Amino acid sequence: MSEKLLEIKDERLSFFTPAGEVKALNGVTLSMDEGEVLGIVGESGSGKSVTAYSVMGLTAYPGRLIGGTIRFNGHQIDTMTEKEFRKIRGNEVSIIFQDPMTSLNPVYSIGNQIEESILLHTDKTKAEAKERSKELLELVGINEPEKRLKQYPHELSGGMRQRVMIAIALACEPKLLIADEPTTALDVTIQAQILELMQELRKKLGMSIIMITHDLGVVASMCEKIAVMYAGHIVEYGTADEIFYSPKHEYTKGLIKSIPKLNAEEKERLVPIEGQPVDLLNPPAGCPFAPRCASCMKICLREMPPKTELSDTHYSHCWLLQKEEFEKGGAEE
Amino acid sequence: MSDTKKLVEIKHLQQYFPAGGRGKNRRFVQAVDDVSFFINKGETLGLVGESGCGKTTVGRTLLRLYEPTDGKIIYDGETIFDKEEKIAVNMLPYRRKMQMVFQDPYASLDPRMTIGDIVGEPIDIHNLASSKQERRGRIISLLEKVGLNSEHANRYPHEFSGGQRQRVGIARALAVDPEFIVCDEPVSALDVSIQAQVVNMFEDLQSDLGLTYLFIAHDLSVVKHISNRIGVMYLGKLVELADSRELISHSMHPYTKSLISAIPEADPKAARASHRITLQGDVPSPLNPPSGCRFRTRCPYATEKCAQESPSLKEVSAGHWAACHLL
Repeated sequence: MSEKLLEIKDERLSFFTPAGEVKALNGVTLSMDEGEVLGIVGESGSGKSVTAYSVMGLTAYPGRLIGGTIRFNGHQIDTMTEKEFRKIRGNEVSIIFQDPMTSLNPVYSIGNQIEESILLHTDKTKAEAKERSKELLELVGINEPEKRLKQYPHELSGGMRQRVMIAIALACEPKLLIADEPTTALDVTIQAQILELMQELRKKLGMSIIMITHDLGVVASMCEKIAVMYAGHIVEYGTADEIFYSPKHEYTKGLIKSIPKLNAEEKERLVPIEGQPVDLLNPPAGCPFAPRCASCMKICLREMPPKTELSDTHYSHCWLLQKEEFEKGGAEE
Repeated sequence: MSDTKKLVEIKHLQQYFPAGGRGKNRRFVQAVDDVSFFINKGETLGLVGESGCGKTTVGRTLLRLYEPTDGKIIYDGETIFDKEEKIAVNMLPYRRKMQMVFQDPYASLDPRMTIGDIVGEPIDIHNLASSKQERRGRIISLLEKVGLNSEHANRYPHEFSGGQRQRVGIARALAVDPEFIVCDEPVSALDVSIQAQVVNMFEDLQSDLGLTYLFIAHDLSVVKHISNRIGVMYLGKLVELADSRELISHSMHPYTKSLISAIPEADPKAARASHRITLQGDVPSPLNPPSGCRFRTRCPYATEKCAQESPSLKEVSAGHWAACHLL
């Protein structure tokens, strides 16, 4: 395999707020091949958005990268200046945000906003840009594109606006599309439409997608690889099947157990993860999940567990796995 | 179901909100139109639907936070509102029996009041404590009931996480020892791991205190988990109502079917195998709903008749009601 599309190594990023240093990312290592769909799941504040945003250089003040390297499509992201970022944003990597209501500018027409990104990143003329916008709207399944180009965001429904956002993001055929909770603000039936559209577009255009979400259902239906994040760490990484059918980290297990199943025959009590999410201002020493973990050991409170490789594609950070491996090793000897 | 007692019943409830215009041109948002159902004592009725379908309005109108434009509300055998008979009773005594938990735990707590005062306010309004000491004792026991402790009483809402705030909201609803609680999307603003904690707490409180819930949410899997029966709403109408397991496994209405199939399952193999019924288009505006069946513009099976006649809720099998001409 040649070079990866995206390679993040030991990324550390903090937000320097008046209240103190918020350690948003504490050593994130991640890589992605071309054409892959990666899902990042986690609770609010787990660092899933920050990880993806840092690829685009969108973690400005008071956020600062304090360690690690990011390589994307041959660029060294971590040392890039704002000027260089502008060349890749929208061109090689683009983003769709969670809330289609607030991420479009209410005083510009839809056409204006799509053309803007085309004119900025290519040498197309205005007429060509207009033509391209029409194509894009057709591509994302909006009918009567001619009419829609002249409309303003408030005239469109939430689902439509999200389609427009996708059209803008795809304007320059990026290699990587970051989707930050693209369907959280939408209704289920509209969510199904948008997810279907994204899958279709991916097949058609062959781009990679990073899907950031807290909805395990969405990642299960969309993603090949899944990274589970907790308090700025990737606690488990694997293929969709590995994460859902043989989760190894206690947090992943808890997460899967805590969602109600639609098809459950008998009524089972939910198994919640006890406790409250971590305070990133004073994260606990050792494993960040330890205070909420049911099988917490002494060492968990002292040291961050190292990586345990479970298969070529599956790894997790948990002392329990280290212990198991040690015992297995002992038995073999 | 003759041995179980109906606690709350609404008949042909209608709620139109004026939306500008004068005289003939006066327009209304038809938020809730001709909705009837009842809730038995000790039962949880779930109400699901997409945003704008009127599920929250039903919950609020039922508590008479909005004055209904038509219909009848009966609570525990007594009519508390009837448009035709012109009955509209004073709600204050009923507020002690009917309470509400709101969706957004960030917006529903006054940032300038301490947790103790927030939980204590209903106690003050209804004069439930004779002394300061008794009031404090009550507040602490309420906080303990929802998994917080006495220390929290002197703090302010901003010091709490979303899950803890929702617990405060629940403690406030419980302060008057209600019989019936309308839970309006109480878990949708919470993280998954916290959601399960709060859902379990609702269940525990129900079995400990014998509460009756109207549980409103858009997440069908959560509603299915907590409810005995589920009602599905679409654009102001109740389209299907059945026992929760029956509704999921034998849904009748085409809208319910597509709603169930649209839910992404947290199971990659099932997701790959499943065949989704994707609805085309968006929900029409409640300002100007389609004639006849309101779902017909998105329904794959719509016929001529659907455009002319509005289907009424029929009992298709025992306890399973649906409103569709095809059935």
